[in-house]
Amino acid sequence: MATIEIKNLKKVYPGAKEATIENANITIEDKEFVVLVGPSGCGKSTLLRMIAGLEEITDGEIAIDNVRMNELSPKDRDIAMVFQNYALYPHMSVFDNMAYSLKLRKVPKAEIKEIVENAAKILDITHLLDRKPKDMSGGQRQRVAIGRSIVRNPKIFLFDEPLSNLDANLRVHMRSEIKKLHKQLNATMVYVTHDQIEAMTMGDRIVVLKDGDVMQFDTPMNLFNNPTNKFVAGFIGSPSMNFIEGKIIEENGITFISKDLKFEVPEDLKPCLKEFIGKDVTFGFRPEYIYDKKYEKIKRLSRDMEITVDSIEPIGSESYIYFRFNGNPEHKFCFRSDSQQQYSVGDTFSIGVDINRLRFFDTTTEERIF
Amino acid sequence: MKQIKLQKILFLIVLGIMTMIYIGPFLFSLSISFSGDKNVFEWPISFLPDDATFANYRNVWNELPFGKWLFNSVLVTTIQTISNVFFAALAGFTFARLEFPGKNIIFTILLSSLMIPGIVLLVPKFIVLNELSLINSYGGLILPGLVSVTNIFLMRQFFSTIPKDLEQAALIDGCSYFRIFWEIFLPISKPALAAVAIYTFQGSWNEFLWPVIVTYTEDMYTLPLGMASLRHELLTDWPLLMAGTILISLPTLAIFIIFQRYFVQGVSSSGLKG
Repeated sequence: MATIEIKNLKKVYPGAKEATIENANITIEDKEFVVLVGPSGCGKSTLLRMIAGLEEITDGEIAIDNVRMNELSPKDRDIAMVFQNYALYPHMSVFDNMAYSLKLRKVPKAEIKEIVENAAKILDITHLLDRKPKDMSGGQRQRVAIGRSIVRNPKIFLFDEPLSNLDANLRVHMRSEIKKLHKQLNATMVYVTHDQIEAMTMGDRIVVLKDGDVMQFDTPMNLFNNPTNKFVAGFIGSPSMNFIEGKIIEENGITFISKDLKFEVPEDLKPCLKEFIGKDVTFGFRPEYIYDKKYEKIKRLSRDMEITVDSIEPIGSESYIYFRFNGNPEHKFCFRSDSQQQYSVGDTFSIGVDINRLRFFDTTTEERIF
Repeated sequence: MKQIKLQKILFLIVLGIMTMIYIGPFLFSLSISFSGDKNVFEWPISFLPDDATFANYRNVWNELPFGKWLFNSVLVTTIQTISNVFFAALAGFTFARLEFPGKNIIFTILLSSLMIPGIVLLVPKFIVLNELSLINSYGGLILPGLVSVTNIFLMRQFFSTIPKDLEQAALIDGCSYFRIFWEIFLPISKPALAAVAIYTFQGSWNEFLWPVIVTYTEDMYTLPLGMASLRHELLTDWPLLMAGTILISLPTLAIFIIFQRYFVQGVSSSGLKG
């Protein structure tokens, strides 16, 4: 049982003008796998390190299992942390690295041996126990670092970008290993990454951070389908959401108009957009929900939008088609197409966006309207 | 290709000349130390004495209080080396890894003390030790050399290069800061510690000026001072003096050869990776 409650948390580094974390409020449930994600400098590592007790809290409170942690040192918080650079003690063998925290807690030697060997078995590193960190690959070192964290059976596991030093294949493999471990250990885990795919594939819930502010704390699919603002909509998803800044005007009912295109807003969206008549709004549509009108006949699509193909990036299973609307040659957008459908640069055709997936944001506040 | 070869040959010639300039006096001392003839300054210099003998080495041991001087030197050097390694590492760790008010000011003051020539400090040091009644005592010989700012600086630079993650992992594992220093940082800092140990050993073993000032009876002399006392105005037993000098340079030589790797690393450091 381990919940983490973060209340009005604030962090200002000495000498800094702006807060690195501003008024964060997050409640992490027991046994939950929560990912903190955001671009570089958004404060995600700072937040994790404050949970660990490695950074002082400027204001607010962190409680684990309803016990205030602010004044407790890292060792008294019953947490374990896995670092990006593994942080293994270079002069100790794998066994000693894993056993060190237990030795400090004066656990009997026989018990230490049993615990370390069990952990090594779970992570499949039994054959590495006598080796020194310098004699191992990055993936093996990261397993040892995870092993070191599980031997103590802590209430909470903290991961600070643990996979970013590994190559792409190993990263994918370790991702599933960590998820498996989460199920096996039934523990609360907080995981920091800047990679939104890692966040989407691993997290039960994801905290999206920007400039120290929590933008949204939700499940991966909710972040993808129902982002609360333009930042989350653009950050989650790859390739990211297409945005067009424009205006809502009253013409044939309600119409969106921009340099790129002009279209009548579908009936379903009209009630929401009515109050924005005459105001600046941003139209957002994901590359996944754009369809070639020639092929897609079942889905409810928006009216025809004429496009010209600008460039094509085939990635095997599908292709990223970069295009521009015929009204504005400067602004490029992207859609994902089945690689079986053959397009060439310069092709002109009509696309439509799934009406259920059209998104509108207030350009001034960036909050989602629909 | 030909030019590169020529450059190499030129380089070797220059290197050879430089080596001879440095090693020549040592070889000459070595030759004199085996000489049976006390009149050693005859021209041309003979590097291989006709009447080679070990008598000078025997005499150093038998005729002089060499054992007592050796004891003094070993005592002073051992204490100063151990203390320098420990305190330089401890202070270096403190300046590199701990946060406390006035840290930068204290460090700046320490560093600026390096700008004061050592010779200027001789008189104040003497007066202080005199007030403490430590003149002509082991305390007087040892105390001023227990810790050096240069060594603190070297260790601080080394510790600064060790990733912060390592310290934080240890904190989470349950270490106190002293334990992090003792069990994590010290074992991975062997090259820097060896450099500090070698520098201190060399400096302390060969120290001449301070023992001259702080001691005045023969039984408190260290080896360099003892050897210098053999030089008299009218007659100096050069073979005996050289035999003693060769003997006292042996430990430094041995340590340099054994720890050469660390020594070079130490020189190139002020910041080695952990």
